[in-house]
Amino acid sequence: MTVHQPSELELDRRRYRRSRGRRSVLVAIGSTLAFALIVWLTIVNTPGWSQVQRAFFDPEIAWASLPRVWDGFLLNLQVMGLSVITVGACALVIAVLRTLRGPVFFPLRALAAAYTDLFRGIPFIIVLYIVGFGIPTIVGVRIPPIVLGVIAVTLTYSAYVSEVIRAGIEAVHPSQRLAARALGLRHGQTMRRIVLPQALRKMTPPLMNDFVSMQKDVGLISILGAVDAVRAAQIIQGQIYNFTPYVVAGLLFVLLAIPTIRLTDWYTARLRTREQSGSLL
Amino acid sequence: MTALLRATGLWKAFGEREVLRGVDVEVAKHEVVALIGASGSGKSTLLRCLGLLETIDDGQILLADQDISDPRVDANRIRARFGAVFQSYNLFPHLSVLENVTLASRIVHDVPRREAEQRGLALLDRIGLADLAKEHPDRLSGGQQQRAAIVRAIATEPEVLLLDEITSALDPELVGEVLGLVSELAADGATILMATHEMAFAREVAHRIVFLDGGEVLEEGPPEQVLAAPREERTREFLSRFLA
Repeated sequence: MTVHQPSELELDRRRYRRSRGRRSVLVAIGSTLAFALIVWLTIVNTPGWSQVQRAFFDPEIAWASLPRVWDGFLLNLQVMGLSVITVGACALVIAVLRTLRGPVFFPLRALAAAYTDLFRGIPFIIVLYIVGFGIPTIVGVRIPPIVLGVIAVTLTYSAYVSEVIRAGIEAVHPSQRLAARALGLRHGQTMRRIVLPQALRKMTPPLMNDFVSMQKDVGLISILGAVDAVRAAQIIQGQIYNFTPYVVAGLLFVLLAIPTIRLTDWYTARLRTREQSGSLL
Repeated sequence: MTALLRATGLWKAFGEREVLRGVDVEVAKHEVVALIGASGSGKSTLLRCLGLLETIDDGQILLADQDISDPRVDANRIRARFGAVFQSYNLFPHLSVLENVTLASRIVHDVPRREAEQRGLALLDRIGLADLAKEHPDRLSGGQQQRAAIVRAIATEPEVLLLDEITSALDPELVGEVLGLVSELAADGATILMATHEMAFAREVAHRIVFLDGGEVLEEGPPEQVLAAPREERTREFLSRFLA
């Protein structure tokens, strides 16, 4: 097969597009710099800015508080890492329970439905209080806050995530299930081999959304007395009466969320281009 | 000739709408039967009921003299003895063509992976799709997808093939390649019950034509009789729309 040589006309068009592209980049850089300069000058010249800067954005305090806030943040990361696993497993079980057919499974179906209704309705902080302070009083042994945190997060987020999974399962076209059953696959086999793999693709964007939301809510475990990033910042703030450590802790959470958000955007875009392969618009 | 698949007095309603109103139909081993009739006459529903993909409201279905409409039989086992091909192919988009073809062999019939893949590749090779075995279905043309779907259905050597208007979603130039494959299967002695709007094809391949109208079998017989000299006025009327 010979390689197609572009005509002079096409080459000219490409040269034009390239020069336009370069110009666009330069314009974008220029306008961004100008905009940033204006914003910066406005903020710095606003009366009271130096007080704001001292109270919230003191670089020295930020640097000094970072090690302790970071140590606390590691605890948040642990709770989050464990919760991803427990939430994933529990949510999948609940979602599958809700799709079971047959009268035998009615109690399980009803229970799963009641659970999701209940825990999507209760404010997370109440769950946290009940689990964090309630369970230890009954059990009578000291339970590490990390465990209590994981339990609370799992209870609440399993309800949200199971609904996402269920929606994903129901979004798989019924003809797929029909084709699988026609081949003789059982309900469970159809679910595992045909429905769930396709559902997973559909539900990735909303799942990522819940994941970002969970990353932040993990910061609430500070109320259990665990020295996490938020609690560490609070302790420092109490000692020196400066709010910069909170900003540091907040930035750590943002830095954690950004990769997840970007990943979601990238994945969604990829799904879109895949579904529209061959078309430009 | 005893029937391999025999249904008597099938009734099926969706809510108030009665789609099958006492249908009797039978297919002998190695026989090709074409179901014709207008859209909504109950062809698809009949095929689904026979393949146990819908529950019936009344009547009886016998496969090799076993009552498969008895709720005590394991429906999954029975379904595995049928091969079904649908109008819109229904290939699994997340699996490669070869995985589509070998899925049932491997997980329903417990054929070892290597053996299932060898068989699947041999079948795909026969229809000229071996090169595309590793591709996902969306990379195939409609005709290729439908032929792959047929191969998926026959890979487990089903006793009866149920084909539900398998060329209706295809461009005219792709219809030929799919029907060619069905003709080959018929020549090889497959037992086929197919709903179709391809009258010329039905005349050529089918041993018997069954005309469904309003959920009832209005007329049946050899193609030369039903298609060329129908007894019923309704059949004549229906066929005239295809000849016009």
